[in-house]
Amino acid sequence: MPEIFQYDFMNRAIIGSVLVGATAPAFGVFLVLRRLSLIADTLSHVALAGVAIALITKTFAPVVALAATTGAAVSIEELRMRRLLPGDAALAVFLYGALAVAVVLISIADGFNSTLFSYLFGSVLTVTETDLWWMASLAVVIAVFMLMFSSELAQITFDPDLARINGVRVHLLNLGLAVLTGATITVSMRVVGVLLVGALIVIPVLISLRITKGLTRTVITSSLIGVLVAVVGMTIAYYADIAPGGSVVLSAITLLVIVELGSFAKRSFDRSDHNSAIDAHTHAHDSHAHGSDDQSDHDLHGHR
Amino acid sequence: MPEQESVTLGDTAPVIETESHNITAHSGENLRPDQIPIRFAETWFSYNSEPVVRDINFAITPGEFAAILGPNGSGKTTLMKLALGLLKPTSGRVLLFGEPADKFTDWHRVGYVPQRTHATESRFPASVREIVNFGSYTGFNPLTIFKRKDSNRVDEAMEMAGITHLANRRVSDLSVGQQQRMLIARSLVRRPDLLVMDEPVAGVDAAGEEQFHTMVRRLNRELGITIVMVSHDIGAVMREATTIACINRDIVFHGPVHQLDAQALSALYGFPVDVLLHDPEHTHR
Repeated sequence: MPEIFQYDFMNRAIIGSVLVGATAPAFGVFLVLRRLSLIADTLSHVALAGVAIALITKTFAPVVALAATTGAAVSIEELRMRRLLPGDAALAVFLYGALAVAVVLISIADGFNSTLFSYLFGSVLTVTETDLWWMASLAVVIAVFMLMFSSELAQITFDPDLARINGVRVHLLNLGLAVLTGATITVSMRVVGVLLVGALIVIPVLISLRITKGLTRTVITSSLIGVLVAVVGMTIAYYADIAPGGSVVLSAITLLVIVELGSFAKRSFDRSDHNSAIDAHTHAHDSHAHGSDDQSDHDLHGHR
Repeated sequence: MPEQESVTLGDTAPVIETESHNITAHSGENLRPDQIPIRFAETWFSYNSEPVVRDINFAITPGEFAAILGPNGSGKTTLMKLALGLLKPTSGRVLLFGEPADKFTDWHRVGYVPQRTHATESRFPASVREIVNFGSYTGFNPLTIFKRKDSNRVDEAMEMAGITHLANRRVSDLSVGQQQRMLIARSLVRRPDLLVMDEPVAGVDAAGEEQFHTMVRRLNRELGITIVMVSHDIGAVMREATTIACINRDIVFHGPVHQLDAQALSALYGFPVDVLLHDPEHTHR
């Protein structure tokens, strides 16, 4: 057995990575396609404020953070729906407001300590069995939500007005999506940290959008990529003794760069292939005009 | 209220007094409220206390091909959003098949083609067939993922819209004209009684525009679908529509196309406009 699996804390961290890697990007598909990626950043800062409140009040941080993200998600959605604030302005108010609350509370609580650092950047040592149960429960809730509302979520993502005129209850589903995004961030912060969880929601989706077609396939592929980068990042973090949040996100970015370079190379190759075909076609056409009976001439004309 | 206003508004069934030359119009017939696709009654909508549309009073009757014409910022799109319940009137009423539009539930009767969708500007990963299939949605079903899809209706709708060959193409790879056809196919799956389109040919080339109008004409004349099309293209509107509502915050003109005159258009745009009227007996090309 590899050394990494001989420690209980690492087994818990790896299981946590799999759960977080699978759930965070699944929601990310709907956020990225609707250009709402900033909501993940906003809610992660709100989660940080929740953690700070829990540190001051000596309560269970995930529960306080979950309450904070749920409250913020509902408020942001209501503000946007009632057009009291433009969508991005509502996000900015909550992002900076939550960060300010966190900074004030952290300074009251005698500054930074190791617990706070573990929530900020993730930690391989701090994933507990209770955390794993939270993550597994949330993964089940998310899977059920997505299966039940697959058509509605797809329609809202395509166009909310069209979805509404199709009879979809857009506002309720937006609320559900926002609340579950907050919950995903809350349970993910133990593994990758609140400052970097947004990247795990967005980057696997960008990779998936480049390599796959179809909304369902994109969700599944994003989750698989999320699991891959989370486990790879966690393993690197263990051997290199670095913060797992940074390691997971750098793994994801490395994969994104590889896929983008591959895609660019493929497009360039296809373009040059296409240009060669046009050149050959033109040449064959010229030859044909001069009485050539070359077989390739007929083949190329056949493909017009 | 303009002289051309043709529907008697009241609590009882309205009497349609229009002399529309639309062959499917029920000229002179009494219509039940639920038969009238769209009805505005003293409708106002304001944004930050600034009226966007004022005191709108007109109805769109079954089988009409109605064009909503007006300059930029005149409230055309707002009017359509009010009609579809996407906006709630500040005062007055908007009825969709007899029900307040913002409380309407019978959505299978209504198709909508917006000017642009959110997704067509992003790398939306769905295929054309997947989007057209959205039209077959009949309400929340927890087992939706296991439900068999009615592919015949989807195929028929794509054929009517002339996009069968695009079925497996990714939405974001389509041209503007192809996207509009896809959205029409999506609406046709529901076999709607009313199809509302917001500047559907904006950004489409001349050939695509002609194909588009031929298709919409068929939907109106052969399938009897009531069409409401927001447009700023006077030429196309005069050629294709049976009735016109000219709006510049309030209704400047509403009536049959052949009654639209230079005076109404000048009032609409605020400068002198000449009109070349088609012979009302002349059939559409």
